[in-house]
Amino acid sequence: MDMQRIREKVLAGERLTVGEGLLLAEQGDLYQLGFLADAVRRRKHPEPLVTYVVDRNINYTDICISACKFCAFFKAPEDPDGSVLSFAELGEKIEETKDLGGTQILLQGGLHPDKPLEFYEEMLSFIKGYEIHIHGFSPPEICHFAALSGLSVREVLVRLQQAGLDSIPGGGAEILCDRVRQETAPRKCSADAWLGVMEEAHGLGMRTTATMMFGHVETMAERIEHLDRVRALQDKTGGFTAFIPWPFQPDNTALSDIPKTTAFAYLKMLALSRIFLDNIDNIQASWVTQGPKIAQLSLFFGANDFGSTMIEENVVAAAGVGFRLSEQEIRALVEGAGCVPRQRRMDYSLV
Amino acid sequence: MEQMVVAAGLGDILEKIKGSERLSSDDGVRLYKSNDILAVGYLANLVRERINGDRAYFIYNQHVNYSNICTNLCKFCAFGKDKESPHAYEMTVDQVKAKVRERLSEPITEVHVVGGIHPDLPYQYYLDMLRGIKEVRPDIHIQAFTCVEIAHLAELAGKPVDQTLKELVSAGLGSIPGGGAEVFSPRIRQRTCEKKLSGEGWLDVAKTAHRIGLKSNATMLYGHIETVEERVEHLAALREAQDETGGFLTFIPLAFHPKNTELHDLAKTTGIDDLKNIAVARCFLDNFPHIKAYWVMIGPKLAQVALSFGADDVDGTVKEELITHMAGGETKGVMADTELIRLIRDAGRQPVERDTLYNVIREY
Repeated sequence: MDMQRIREKVLAGERLTVGEGLLLAEQGDLYQLGFLADAVRRRKHPEPLVTYVVDRNINYTDICISACKFCAFFKAPEDPDGSVLSFAELGEKIEETKDLGGTQILLQGGLHPDKPLEFYEEMLSFIKGYEIHIHGFSPPEICHFAALSGLSVREVLVRLQQAGLDSIPGGGAEILCDRVRQETAPRKCSADAWLGVMEEAHGLGMRTTATMMFGHVETMAERIEHLDRVRALQDKTGGFTAFIPWPFQPDNTALSDIPKTTAFAYLKMLALSRIFLDNIDNIQASWVTQGPKIAQLSLFFGANDFGSTMIEENVVAAAGVGFRLSEQEIRALVEGAGCVPRQRRMDYSLV
Repeated sequence: MEQMVVAAGLGDILEKIKGSERLSSDDGVRLYKSNDILAVGYLANLVRERINGDRAYFIYNQHVNYSNICTNLCKFCAFGKDKESPHAYEMTVDQVKAKVRERLSEPITEVHVVGGIHPDLPYQYYLDMLRGIKEVRPDIHIQAFTCVEIAHLAELAGKPVDQTLKELVSAGLGSIPGGGAEVFSPRIRQRTCEKKLSGEGWLDVAKTAHRIGLKSNATMLYGHIETVEERVEHLAALREAQDETGGFLTFIPLAFHPKNTELHDLAKTTGIDDLKNIAVARCFLDNFPHIKAYWVMIGPKLAQVALSFGADDVDGTVKEELITHMAGGETKGVMADTELIRLIRDAGRQPVERDTLYNVIREY
């Protein structure tokens, strides 16, 4: 009976409560979730367009004081293998990106123990010289810069924006619930702080994305709490362009005993995200964790965007997941699903 | 959710399926051509749950590819090699026995034996191989020799197919795998595997096997140059043969892997292609008890999802499967049974370990 009511609400475009979201997550089968998510996607995107961005993930450093248990990428500050990219290396990577038709770079790194804010400002100014969109510095980095510099989050954001930062990636959200953060990433910014950075950024006119990394120590109720917090902030600011749920990849992490989220569970969570986040326009498929076959199928479970071509990707690769796709392959997968592939920019305008 | 199927323009097929009515070839073509994989999958899932409930079967088996030397050299195959090729190999009966002996400690219930059409191994070799495997592992079920190989062995023996099969059975043959069916259409065989046994010949061997009490499987190699109509024709021919004999256990759609084949310019199949072939087969082959999503071919992720798109079998914990891997199949050749069971459970299905003939060995 409750499921019937939930179905009717979704099809009528009404918002689900947290309780209804949880019920749907726990009782909905693959087809109930898929059909509802597909209906929402079609309502939001009546044209069968599937978008993607051509960009490159540049990780300026892997040195990180956060030591999150779910991360296979970071190097502790005392580890001699840790490094920081030189500006020359950055420049080369950007040139290559532009040569491949790239419109932006995703710039993220570990929480380096002692680089001053000026270092990041210089990095942004340097990159801006290449006239490319900079999607950079997830909220934990911003919080870290603020703590190191003694400035407020807002002051940090203003200075970075002035130095060339265009938009902010949704990384570091993990699960926006402090119980989970305490257990897996105690040194990373709190859920409130993550949302606080995004709210300030939206207030300054920067668009951002939001992510969720699920499938580790969180409960289903905590996932819904995450979705609810993102939805609530989006009601306030409207600044999120897209939501990207992706499953924890346990290999080479401190949580490697946790079984990997299966494709079936991924598709259900993707669909639930599409259904619950009624105020976010775009949902991205995570081909880098799911591979081409499931990513293509994602287009029927709520996703309308293939994310980035990721000319370079290091973080997921560190967890032993090796999926790579070219722009051409992405386009072929989209066409194979009966949709039209289109390159976009960060703000979802078409190239 | 039925309204979604109706909205996808498949309401009439939904009614047929609910009424257990047989689909026409036109219906099959429409399902293939539908862009709504959820609606097609939903229909297949209805059939799947009616025939097999929540069960998802797997088998603990061992693959032995005794030789890759082949006179057919089909264009879609990366496994077969000319006898003179530096990559050609053949195993002696002792080597086959050693392979089986290597895994005696594992609870394997089936040895799956397939090879090329070898130009000069004698008939006796095949009989000796079957007997040899049985010597090492007397309780094992041997599923061996596609219909194409069986036709070749009958020729070597100079005897009719039924008599050849009876001799193979006396030597230890338990059932016949589904390979070599490819696409039955003469147009496709002419263009991709002109030296291979014809579609009609393949069906004759299968039906002959069924008549002497052997069970067999059936396959279709999709994703190369065949049309949707040719796929449906293939399915229709299988359905008709099954009406006649009832000897097919499982239909296994096989995704074409272009790498290292003469057709390497073709694209790999996508997830939607793979699911659609499973789903349409489940809807169309109403007289086949089982549809298999062969995880080595399509990857464990998609095989898991396929359990909701018509498949009720994921094959098993395979070792040393060479044919797909020569063609660049990217999945690891082995999966632990615990992982397979977890994937099945997580998809809301009940894991059932089976033997070759679908006798239940253990329910999890």
